[in-house]
Parts: sequence; structure tokens; C-alpha cells
Amino acid sequence: MILIAVILLGAIGAIGAIMLYAASKKFEVYEDPRISQVQEVLPGANCGGCGYPGCSGFATACVKADSLDGLLCPVGGMPVMSKVASVLGKEVSNLEPMVAVVRCNGTCEARPRINSYDGVKKCSIASTLYGGETGCSFGCLGFGDCEDACNFDAIHVNPATGLPEVDEDKCTSCGACVKACPKGIIELRKKGPKSRRIFVSCINKDKGAIARKACTNACIGCGKCAKECPFDAITVENNLAYIDFNKCRLCRKCVAVCPTGAIHEINFPPRKEVVADKVQPATPKAVTPTAPKTEVNAAAEATTPKITEETNQNKIQ
Amino acid sequence: MENKLIVSPSPHIHGGDSISKNMYGVLIALIPAFLVSLYFFGLGALIVTVTSVFFCVLFEYLIAKFILKKEPTITDGSAILTGVLLAFNLPSNLPVWIIMIGALAAIGIGKMSFGGLGKNIFNPALTGRIFLLISFPAQMTTWPLVDSLNPFPITYTDAHTGATVLSLMNEHALDKLPSLGDMLIGNMGGSLGEVCAAALLLGFVYMLWKKIITWHIPVSILVTVFIFTGIMHLVNPAVYASPFVHLLTGGLMLGSIFMATDYVTSPMSKSGMIVYGIGIGVLTTLIRLFGSYPEGMSFAIFIMNGVTPLINTFMQPKHFGGKQA
Amino acid sequence: MLRTFRIGGIHPPENKLSAGKKITVLAAPKQVVIPLGQHIGAPAQAVVQKGDAVKVGTLIAKAGGFVSANIHSSVSGKVNKIDNALDASGYKRPAIFIDVDGDEWEETIDRSDTLVKECSLSAKEIVAKIAQAGIVGMGGATFPTQVKLTPPPGNKADIIIINAVECEPYLTADHSLIMEKAEQILVGTTLLMKAVDVNRAVIGIENNKPDAIALLQKLAGNYKGIEIMPLKMKYPQGGEKQLIDAVANRQVKSGALPISEGAIVQNVGTVYAVYEAVQKNKPLFERVVTVTGKSVANPSNLLVRIGTPVSALIDAAGGIPEDTGKIINGGPMMGKALMSTDIPVTKGSSGILILTRKESERKPVNECIRCTKCIQVCPMGLNPTLLMNTTEFKNWELAEKNHITDCIECGSCVYTCPAYRPLLDYIRSGKGTVMNIIRTRKATK
Repeated sequence: MILIAVILLGAIGAIGAIMLYAASKKFEVYEDPRISQVQEVLPGANCGGCGYPGCSGFATACVKADSLDGLLCPVGGMPVMSKVASVLGKEVSNLEPMVAVVRCNGTCEARPRINSYDGVKKCSIASTLYGGETGCSFGCLGFGDCEDACNFDAIHVNPATGLPEVDEDKCTSCGACVKACPKGIIELRKKGPKSRRIFVSCINKDKGAIARKACTNACIGCGKCAKECPFDAITVENNLAYIDFNKCRLCRKCVAVCPTGAIHEINFPPRKEVVADKVQPATPKAVTPTAPKTEVNAAAEATTPKITEETNQNKIQ
Repeated sequence: MENKLIVSPSPHIHGGDSISKNMYGVLIALIPAFLVSLYFFGLGALIVTVTSVFFCVLFEYLIAKFILKKEPTITDGSAILTGVLLAFNLPSNLPVWIIMIGALAAIGIGKMSFGGLGKNIFNPALTGRIFLLISFPAQMTTWPLVDSLNPFPITYTDAHTGATVLSLMNEHALDKLPSLGDMLIGNMGGSLGEVCAAALLLGFVYMLWKKIITWHIPVSILVTVFIFTGIMHLVNPAVYASPFVHLLTGGLMLGSIFMATDYVTSPMSKSGMIVYGIGIGVLTTLIRLFGSYPEGMSFAIFIMNGVTPLINTFMQPKHFGGKQA
Repeated sequence: MLRTFRIGGIHPPENKLSAGKKITVLAAPKQVVIPLGQHIGAPAQAVVQKGDAVKVGTLIAKAGGFVSANIHSSVSGKVNKIDNALDASGYKRPAIFIDVDGDEWEETIDRSDTLVKECSLSAKEIVAKIAQAGIVGMGGATFPTQVKLTPPPGNKADIIIINAVECEPYLTADHSLIMEKAEQILVGTTLLMKAVDVNRAVIGIENNKPDAIALLQKLAGNYKGIEIMPLKMKYPQGGEKQLIDAVANRQVKSGALPISEGAIVQNVGTVYAVYEAVQKNKPLFERVVTVTGKSVANPSNLLVRIGTPVSALIDAAGGIPEDTGKIINGGPMMGKALMSTDIPVTKGSSGILILTRKESERKPVNECIRCTKCIQVCPMGLNPTLLMNTTEFKNWELAEKNHITDCIECGSCVYTCPAYRPLLDYIRSGKGTVMNIIRTRKATK
């Protein structure tokens, strides 16, 4: 009895297996085997940071493209792109690692609230209503749409300052937070050698006096940084300074002359001068209008003896 | 002016309605039925109702606080309402421990496992009742005898039990049925809340007046049942009871007015509600007339609860201007 | 049997605190700030510079495109500067600052009170005069009137509907205008009828204004083709599409314009402005604004020059109350909360409403209990709770399929929701995103 059952079930199983095999062969869709080979070496996060729908979309694009120029997996970075290149037998050019940068330093202290927002606490919704709870209508609203958009746990709103902070080790520069921010505050900039970078932490385009009244950390568009920069990397437009990260050579001269401390330097060793305490972004002090003169004088004195050290730093890059 | 101006998107005024107003409104609508149940079932009714409400609220609080780790919302009245509706579906001689299990099934399985208020697919009170019906069929199908000349009997689990109208109909003993007048006021055996159709209809009118529910679901259920059983009665009056009997017995009134109209588990558009009501009516009648269970209402509503998402997808509200330009 | 629109609607308490109050003229302030973008469409472009002297009615900005409007000075004085200023949009946008000096009007304006009934201009000339005067929809939408009166080829209007409904609670600007200028409004209606070659006009007005209805009915007998239609009170009857449904029993299809149903709707304030522009050569530079609120000392209807800061209006109504929570530009259902009292009054400001702190507080949000009350009240037959969910979870395809772009942002759903869900906050945001997606899709085709 058992023998008959076993033989019968075995036969049903065998017939089923043959039918399935035949169907899989008949209805098979041809796919270039290289696509799955490339997909093997990709991180598999399906974050879309490359601009393609998931890792399989990126793999398909890599296989179909003539060269790997312009194709970058931001999560895997150069190591993964080299692997992809070796799988496909193509060349890959060295691309600079990027990181998300939050260009606003309007903390709760520096930028006081002048009204109270009672709607849904989402940046996208608040920004369609008005410019925000403070006098600066360009600045960060602090409701964390960027934090919600990030798939890599790399950006969080600090409740003490009300501003988002990027964890540069986790950031893959996929650009999700840049798209999520309705005010265009976050920008992808070069991570820089030794993760050092300099940027203007403000996007306020109001006239200097108005910007300063709303936020003590604002860029007032005075232009001192642009005049000081030996590499023509800074442009001042609409009362706002902007540092081109492709031209910036990290000499830090602009940081020293900025009267409001709007220009930030990240991951540099502290200077030996008085101006050192101005460069920490997290704790701004209320800079009174008379103070800049003395700081600029100190900075002007500071730059001359430091030239040798800076040129050394330039060489290290 | 010292205070900062408040800025928020429009609109800036609110009509004042709230979840608790709606829940307590339904509870007020259930008061007539509760008073009638006290009259006919006495102490048993009181114990069953109080026990059911107590355990439903308790379990909702405990599950929300310790398992889901959310803020418990027992003050919005929905747990109390589930407790009362569950009680009204039970016989008045049901022991406390069974009621407790029913409350756990209703709140724990029927409501909280889906995520709490607003997220459940099936009516929680109905989940509890069906759970009990299948787990304790004997206790759930022995109802105390009712004697309108002996109001508020001080009996509980020791009450004398007897057949209900539906069980008589199931046995095709149509000649033993009570009069229609008796059925209207509830002088018959059955669960706590389902006996008195008049009290339930009073509650229906109250809820319509306070705009808590609309007429679509109860009316479509009752009309469907009436038509379906009416046809069968005309075909064979000896076997199938009159449609008026069907309307006034069992959980049809209670189910169509209070259980099927539960916000969370019923469809969202008017046309969807009518389809839902017709579905419940058809299923109830099928189970009552051709199924082996005497009562089909609970299962009918339960099944249609599952169909509600499908109805919601296909029966959208009437759009201004008709089809796309 | 009074008519009303067929789908949805709510009945908020009227609170017409300033009803019956005569219109008081508010004197011009010391400086006016006239935004260049106070209408739908391209902002106007300034034609004056710093230091220029202007009179009341001088053209200071020209329309910036086809869908745009001229702007005229509301005061006489000197242009102080052209700079960014905070306006009702919540952002700083270009505006013309004028220091006020005296009250000299342009000579072409006829300042007399006599009623001018006859008009010998052709339809085209009437529309040109309306365009020259910078008239926009004064119910709050601020759509340039000359564009509405120039239907696209292939579309012909057969009815003009005058919106005298004023369905928003608290507001009485239109009501007071009708009581004092009823005959001018009727003449304005005939001008509009001539401009679009239509021989039937209906003035729709809600039955909570019996004195206005009686007055209009008495006078309308002298004007051929104008019918006064009292309507049952229901919000949002003043919405264009709802009004056409109520008056003419026609429902404008999704995505289409009212002209596709042969109807042109104009607010009664716009009609009065048309009368003044065509018969008195007076461009649009002042309007009636209701200042109201339960805590306001003296709720009133003020005739205000465009560009006057809101603070001046509040002072005229008795000063800003102690316990103020919100200051709203418009009505309580669709008005925009202001962040400062320096914001100027523009062509679309029909009222300034002050709510106390208690009235302004939003209650905590609960989960949706699927009670379907929002669906029952939505005047466009939408499913607000579904649309909120599609926006929250970014399912734009489903949002578009469920007609999120048809939402008129009336707020009836939020008013009714027992769970205090911020439905409109999300739907508005989703509507913007979906409209962008549609625009991009059309552009890349």
C-alpha cells in the first residue's frame, strides 16, 4: 500500500517538475547575464541615489552604456564602481566623494521666533503657507522632512538648535534630503580631502541689515570674503555669498574675515589665534555690530604669519 | 501685544464634533434597549453589561499601554461602546469568565491587533461574539425564558432557559411562535439587546437626528431581508415564516442599526453602503433559511466587513460634474 | 423652494457681527505698500521709480502678461522705493512704497455721485477699459477680469452670474456694498452683459440678507434681463462651481472652466468696480473690507485704500484686542493667517478677522475613524480622508486618479472631522505636487 502511494506521489511530483521546467524554458525572458553579475557587486540598498530605479536599474544602465562616465553608485562609492568596471571590462574615472551640507545656521538662539506655527509640522506644508516662525523667510523650518527622507539615518534635527545635522560617515550623497527640503537649504558638496570643506552657512537673500536683524548668524552680503579669496571661488549675488566648491582650495582666508561667522570650516584643526572660537558652528554667540572690527583686525594680523602653515596644508591636499 | 500671533493653514474654525460625541451619542441611543433588557432579564442583564464594559475598557488600556506602547484612548468612548454592544449580543445568563474571554477577543483580536481605533477590518464586538459562539456553543445558545409579568428578575446564571423564536423557526415549528406584538416589545427569548425592536428603532431615530449615522445601511439591510423572506414565505408559508417575523427576531434589528453601521468597518460612499446592506441582507437570509445555524446576522456582517475594502475601491462617492472633462 | 448646490456643504454659524453697519471711509495712512503680485498670473511690472510723484489713480505698474493686471496708486504723494515687502502670501515680494502727501486725484476720474446708466462703448471697448483699470476678482480669487471676459475661441457664454452670496461667516463687505450701491451694481451688471453679449444675468444672494434681496428686487425691475435669485444658505455656495450649480443647475466638469458650461461668474464687488471704471473712469485702488471678530470693539465695514497696513484697519475698529490669537486676511474658512500687522491690504482682501487665543487653538489629532462625514460634506464629491492618506504616503498616481486637483480648498472637511485631522493641510500640499507632475507630463509630451 505504502509502496503504491510512494510511487504515485513520486510520479505526480516528477510530472509536475517536468511541466515547470518546460514552462520555465519556454517562457524565459532573455537577460544579459552581465546585468546580474554587476548587481552582485552592488550594495543592494535600492535607494535610488544613482538616479536609476533600484540596483537592478543601475546594473542595466551600466551594462548598456558605452562608458561608465557619469554613472556612480553613491552608497558604494569608488570601490564598488571599480568592481563594476572590472566585471564589465570598462574604465571608470575617479569621481570625488560628495556629502550633504546644511547651509543654515539659524539656531533657536541666533534666530528668535516671532510667531507661532500651529499647522502640520512638515516642512513641505509649512513652506506653502509662509516663510516660517522667524524673521528670516529663507531659513530652515526645523520640522525634519530631510530626516524623514533619509534612508541611511545620516541626517537628524538637533532639538537644541532646531537645525538638521549631517553625519558625514553615514551620508551617501544620494540627494534625497536635497529634494525633500522645500527651501533648497541642503546642497551636495565635495567632501574634501580629509573630509575638510568650507561653505557659507546661510541662504538669506535679504539686504544685510534685514537679514542680520532676523538672525545674528546671517550672511550680510558685505563681500569681504570675495575680496579676500585668492582663488576667485566666492561670488556675492543678491546679498548672499556663495563658495564654488570646485574652485575652493581650503585656505580659510574667507572664514577669518567674515564679520558674522556665516562661513563655516569643517574638520580643520583649531587655529592658534583668537578667532578660533568663531568657527564652531554649533554654539554661535550673539555678535554685536561693533565686534567685527576688532575680529577682522585680529584676523588680518593672523593671516600674515600663517602663510607658511597654509601652504603646507595646500601641499597635503 | 505680548503674545506671538498664531499662524496655521485655513480653515480656522471647527464645527465642534468629536469622536467621543459620536461614541457617547450611540451609547445614548442604546439606553432604551438597555432599560428594556433590565426589565426582561433583570440582574443578569446588569451583570453581563457591566462586566463586558469593564473588561473591554481594561483590556484596551492594558494592551495600548504595555503591548502597543501608545497613549491609551479609553476616554473616547469606543471601548465602552464595544463593551455594551458585545453585552447586547450575549445571553443574560453567561458566566463572568466567558464574558472576560469575549472582551479579550473583541478588543485584543478584533481591534488592537490591527492597530487600534480606525484600523480594524472587522467589527470588534462581532469578533468577540463569534469567537464566543464558536468556542462556547452550549452556553451561547441557551437563553433565559422571559416573562413580562415578572419584570427585573433577580436571577443570573440560575435562570430557567428555553427556546427562542429563531431556534423554533430553525426546527420549522412555526405554530409555536409568539405574536408579532410580543416580538415588537421584546417579550421573547434572546440576547440582551436584540429582543426589543421598538427600543432599537427609537435609538435609530435618535442617531439619525443627531447625524451620527445615515439611513442607508439599516434600511437596505431590512428591505433586502424583507423582500427575500417575503418571496420565500409566499412560496411556502408552512416552512418559511412571514417577513415581519424575520424583521423582528434575532439580531437583525440590533445588527443592522448598531453593528453594521460601525464607522470603521463599513463602506465610505452612499452607493457602497447600499451594496453592503444588500449583501448583509442576502447572506443573513441564506443562513437563516438554508443554513444549519439559526442566526445568520453575525456571520453575514462579519463577511461583508471583509468585503468593505473592495466596495470602497470600486464604489467611489458621486463626483461633482460627473466624468472627467 | 430656494435652490442651493447639490453635493455636500456645511452650515457654520454666521457671526455677521458687522451686518447693517454703514461703510466708513478709512483715511489713507502715512505710507502705503502696494505689492506687485496681488492677482493670479504674472506680477505687474513697475512703471515708476523712486522719487516719482503720483496722484490717486496714476498707473504705477503695467500688466506683466496676458493673465495679469495693471496696478494704480491709491494715494497721492511720492514713490519712496520699490523693494521687497512681506505680503499676505507669507513671503517678501516686490512692492511699491509710496509716501502719502495730500489726496490729489487724477483729473480724468469722475468723483461725482450721480448714477450714470447709459454706456455708448462697444463690447471690446468695455473690456479694454476694464483691463486698463486693473480690475481683478474681488471675492478673494483675484483673477484678472478682462481674461474672464475674453473666452477662448469656441466658447460662448449664455449667462452671467453675479456672486452676492458672501457665504463665509463674519464677512459683510459685499452685503454693505449692495445696501449702499445697489443701483450702481445693476448698471455694472448691464455693462458686463454687453461686454460678453449675453442677455441673461442672475444675481445669486443667500437668504440671510433679506434687506439686500428686497432692495435689489425692487430696483431690478428697471433693468432688462437681470434676475434676483435668493438661495438657501449653505457654505461654500460662493464657490464658482457651486454657485453655477445652484443658480443654473449645471455642474462644471472636472478640469474644465465655467465658460465650458456657458457661465461667467463675477463677484458683486468686482461688478461695482466695473461700473466705476467704465462709467466714472476710476481705476481699482480701494475696496470695502470688513474688520470683525468676537473680541473686536467695533466691528465695521471700511472703505480702504489698497496698500494700507492691516494695523490701520484694526486701530479703526477699536484697536487690537488683548487676547488675540490669529489675525486672518479673509474669512475663517478660507482666509490666510497673517504673521504681522504690517502686511498691506490688497485687491483681494475682503475682511480682517481677529480670533482669540482660545478660538485659534487646534485640538490634538486622532486617527481617522472612517465616519465618512468629510465625504458627506465635500462640495466637489471627493474623498478627503483618502486624499490625505495618498499625500502622506506620496502615492501621487492614486491622488490624481481620485481628482485631488478638483479640491477647491473650502475647508468643509476639516470643519466637520471629529478626529480633528488636518485634512486640508495635506491635500493642499498634495494638490500642488500633483499639478506639478501633470504640468511636467504635458510639457514633455
